[in-house]
Amino acid sequence: MSCIDTIQSYALRSIGIGERLLPRSDFTLCEQVTLIGSGMIWNIYFGVMALLLGFGFAIALAVGKASSNAIARKPAQWFIFIFRGSPLFIQFFFGYFLFLSLKSSFPFFAPFTAAWLGALIVLFCNTAAYSAEIFYGALLSIPKGDIEAADAYGLSGFSRFRRITLPTMLRLAWPAYTNEAIFLFHATALVFFSGFPAWQQRGDALYYASYFADKTFNPFVPYPILAGYFILLTLVVIGVFGFVNGRLNRHLPQNMKKKIRLRLNLIR
Amino acid sequence: MFEFCAAPDTLDSLRWTACYLSNGVHMSFYGAFVKVLLLLAVTAPVALGFGFVGAMAARAPFAPLRWFGKSYIALVRGVPDIAFFLFFVIALDQAIEWLRHKALCPDWDQPIRQGNDFVVCQAAKMPLGNAAQWVHESYGFALAVVTFAIVFGAFAANVLFGAMRAVPHAQLETAAAYGMSRRQTFWRVLVPQMWVFALPGLSNLWMVLIKATPLLFLLGVEDIVYWARELGGTKTPRFTDYPHGDWRMWYFLALLVFYLAFTKFSESVLDRIMARLTKGQATAGGEAQRKAAA
Repeated sequence: MSCIDTIQSYALRSIGIGERLLPRSDFTLCEQVTLIGSGMIWNIYFGVMALLLGFGFAIALAVGKASSNAIARKPAQWFIFIFRGSPLFIQFFFGYFLFLSLKSSFPFFAPFTAAWLGALIVLFCNTAAYSAEIFYGALLSIPKGDIEAADAYGLSGFSRFRRITLPTMLRLAWPAYTNEAIFLFHATALVFFSGFPAWQQRGDALYYASYFADKTFNPFVPYPILAGYFILLTLVVIGVFGFVNGRLNRHLPQNMKKKIRLRLNLIR
Repeated sequence: MFEFCAAPDTLDSLRWTACYLSNGVHMSFYGAFVKVLLLLAVTAPVALGFGFVGAMAARAPFAPLRWFGKSYIALVRGVPDIAFFLFFVIALDQAIEWLRHKALCPDWDQPIRQGNDFVVCQAAKMPLGNAAQWVHESYGFALAVVTFAIVFGAFAANVLFGAMRAVPHAQLETAAAYGMSRRQTFWRVLVPQMWVFALPGLSNLWMVLIKATPLLFLLGVEDIVYWARELGGTKTPRFTDYPHGDWRMWYFLALLVFYLAFTKFSESVLDRIMARLTKGQATAGGEAQRKAAA
């Protein structure tokens, strides 16, 4: 089977399109690269969806945590503490078994035991908590003068938040938020190792990489391929977030722009 | 454990719970918590040592050593941790077996990689096929410790490297002016002062290390995740005196609470250490302490 054939049959294998059986022996390099790449579809899906959905929730949580009203502050504080203080791995397990027992009493929860929804919810809560802490820190370091100037111009309430507080907060938080996004993409590799079953062997990149490592007893090929894919993904994330960072800082003089400094710290 | 546990199906719920939570398998479950704490206690100093050596290498004047240190830090930090955990365990295992194979069976003429198999002679197997169960378990545990130490050593090296650069340069110049050699400057001036700069990063790392311990499960160690899955699963009266439904959710809830409590506890301890280290330092924190004391 030539490499083009392999790509045709396995490139979309992780979402159930193409050849049903995984290769079983005589693994070629092409097969490994294609299948692990196919698994990346799931990593990207989880990462992008969790980031998009989590962004709004994180801002709400950050504002809640900074609020002087205890009814808003306490739940936000607890939510952030619970999801930042415990391992994501345990959260995945707990979420899966929680949905499993809910499913037995309410059939409505059946889709939640599948990875595409259940794991997404866990990742969503997790990234919301981590980002909320970042946004909360930024919220506290907004220059006092900015708020005073807004008051002097007669802005108050929601319009002050939308026009002054929010953009400044995002600008201050963005470098740290970029790291959080990279974090999150790396964390998506845990999904299929933590309870959530890979239905019909449709797994993520690490699922296929460990499949090959198990079958060949040779970790020196699949894991470097996986690492290569993740480094590529990280570069794309940095590019996209760097573009947004430029947009957020476009009014500032060149030498005052905040550069994104990469601080990789990859376990949560 | 208790005397009234002889016939569990006749007990009321409170006594039943007491018996259930103190039966043999649960003792193994509690032992797994000790295993996690042991892993933390062993890994943290080893990783700190790796980090210290890595940071020293990364700022060495001898270029190849510097490249080695820097690439160690960059490589481990650039790739998902979990991939490293899965990779290192197999790679280390195979490297050890390969070295033993070369040393113990010099007259072996077949290739080691036969297609999809990794074949070494019987004497080079690690641990030996006839070794006791505990040898197998502690070998797996030791591999896990080394893997954790390599990964976290890179993170620690990065933190310490930054901390060494954060020590005010004037201090080092003063030391040189007093006629100290490079080595003396390093050990007597740089190292004692760098910890206060390193501590925020290191305490963050400690929190991360706590949260990485469930990955032991992936390395094949029978840790708390393993036992929570085993014990929580549905039990029928045929195989156990304590039948129950699917309780895995509650077991993982208990693990969640364990980790949250441990995180909270570590936070308060680290705050104390920070206060202790800041004492007398030329930093904002030290200044604030002096003002508060005065």
